[in-house]
Amino acid sequence: MSQKVSVRLTVNGKAYERRVEPRYLLADFLRHEIGLKGTHIGCEHGVCGACTVMIDGRTARSCLHFAAAVDGAEITTVEGLASEDRLNPIQQAFHEHHALQCGYCTPGFLMTVTEFLQRNPSPSRDEIRIALTNNICRCTGYANIIEAVAAAADAMRGQAGRS
Amino acid sequence: MKPAPFEFFAPRTREEVLELLARYGDDARILSGGQSLVPLMNMRIVQPRILISINKCPELSYIRRSDGHLACGALTRQAEAEDSAEVRSACPLLSEAMPLVGGAANRNRGTVCGSMAHADPLAEPPAVAVALEAEMVVGSAGGRRILPAEAFFVSELTNAMAPGEMLEEVRFPARRDARAAFVEIANRQHGFAVVGVAAQLEMDTAGLCRSARLAAIGVGPTPARLRAAERVLEGQAVTDLTLKHVAEAARETIEPVGSFHADAAYRLHMAGVLARRAVAQAMGSGQRGA
Ligand SMILES: Cc1cc2nc3c(=O)[nH]c(=O)nc-3n(C[C@@H](O)[C@H](O)[C@H](O)COP(=O)(O)OP(=O)(O)OC[C@H]3O[C@@H](n4cnc5c(N)ncnc54)[C@H](O)[C@@H]3O)c2cc1C
Ligand code: FES
Ligand code: FES
Repeated sequence: MSQKVSVRLTVNGKAYERRVEPRYLLADFLRHEIGLKGTHIGCEHGVCGACTVMIDGRTARSCLHFAAAVDGAEITTVEGLASEDRLNPIQQAFHEHHALQCGYCTPGFLMTVTEFLQRNPSPSRDEIRIALTNNICRCTGYANIIEAVAAAADAMRGQAGRS
Repeated sequence: MKPAPFEFFAPRTREEVLELLARYGDDARILSGGQSLVPLMNMRIVQPRILISINKCPELSYIRRSDGHLACGALTRQAEAEDSAEVRSACPLLSEAMPLVGGAANRNRGTVCGSMAHADPLAEPPAVAVALEAEMVVGSAGGRRILPAEAFFVSELTNAMAPGEMLEEVRFPARRDARAAFVEIANRQHGFAVVGVAAQLEMDTAGLCRSARLAAIGVGPTPARLRAAERVLEGQAVTDLTLKHVAEAARETIEPVGSFHADAAYRLHMAGVLARRAVAQAMGSGQRGA
């Protein structure tokens, strides 16, 4: 076993410090050290997208980062999306459009879509498909996920227009 | 699937990185974006004893114009190159290649230099470097040397760097008004390519091609410069006939080997088709087809 090192991370706005081995993955740090089990692990080699979180505001695979290597970073996980008792517009759209079945892939999709809609608030269906190509869902067949993303984009533009 | 134990360093400066590399030589690996290295470590295909992260060295992260070059530092993320207006104007082929490199989450972390160092035969950034005759700035505690891209890529997953060295910077020649396209055929859109061609052209005011740079992936262990196709274009207007000759010439200089995804004859054929498409797309004619 290698020497443990101290890792400090801000996760969903809250500061944490833990001592872990350098080989400890960010995904495991979030799940086992902090107890945030919303970040799922599928493939552990960057392909499935289930473990997607934000590192300093940009999406990243938490299975492809050692916690020690992102020491000091601000992490957002799926648990950081909803406010106390209300789903955010993307979560709400996934719920309404039946964009999940088992839900295993959903946290990763939500994080990917969050960044995508920040950068492209009015996407076409094709742009949505391309943005989702690196997240795998084995249940839904994607059609409802694409509907949900389009609906979320509409809802968010509506909100922005009103405020 | 968890990585084997290693000792971890996160130096703050370029100098410290090079000192550590000198101290640990063959036992050490650089960690940049981790998008290729960490999967290999998770699968325990690679088990470095020492891991040196350059992610805490802000001085290695830049996109810079100087002496006719556009330089990307060792820590410049692929997403930064993708979004950079400077890259778009001086080196449009790099801008065209970036969206093809994995997904947004990979490009947010993966670096331009890490892709070069990894030297995957199907990776797009090395093809850009070979096509444009990029200079690879390799540093060690003993000093710096500059390798032409074609000499840097030795074979599949093998570059010309020695233990103790790191890729500090890639320098692409800066151009004005160049046009570019990177086209591929893949098993699924936005997956790794089966065959791909990168093309960057400069046209003179009379509509003749002043300079053409082409390279192909998926036709050999390293990106293959398509020099015969370049010669067909230079000094010519890009017409249907020129495009036909580009396709033929692209096939002259390569000898692809078949593999699981496509046999040699298909790869050879597609290299021609894609060379023609890349040039047509770069010209903005939107011309497609075989
Ligand atoms: C799901 C997925 C899909 C992908 N699809 C594509 C694709 O379609 N096209 C494509 O081109 N790539 C693709 N990639 C790989 C790409 O994302 C990587 O970013 C890139 O290959 C490596 O860059 P990195 O910065 O992540 O390097 P790392 O993974 O950190 O390092 C890769 C190797 O290079 C060495 N290294 C890194 N930086 C340096 C340096 N400065 N000096 C010396 N050695 C160094 C490391 O020690 C390691 O051996 C994909 C990856 C994933 C996970
Ligand atoms: S678990 Fe990280 S991408 Fe699959
Ligand atoms: S809902 Fe089951 S994997 Fe996507």
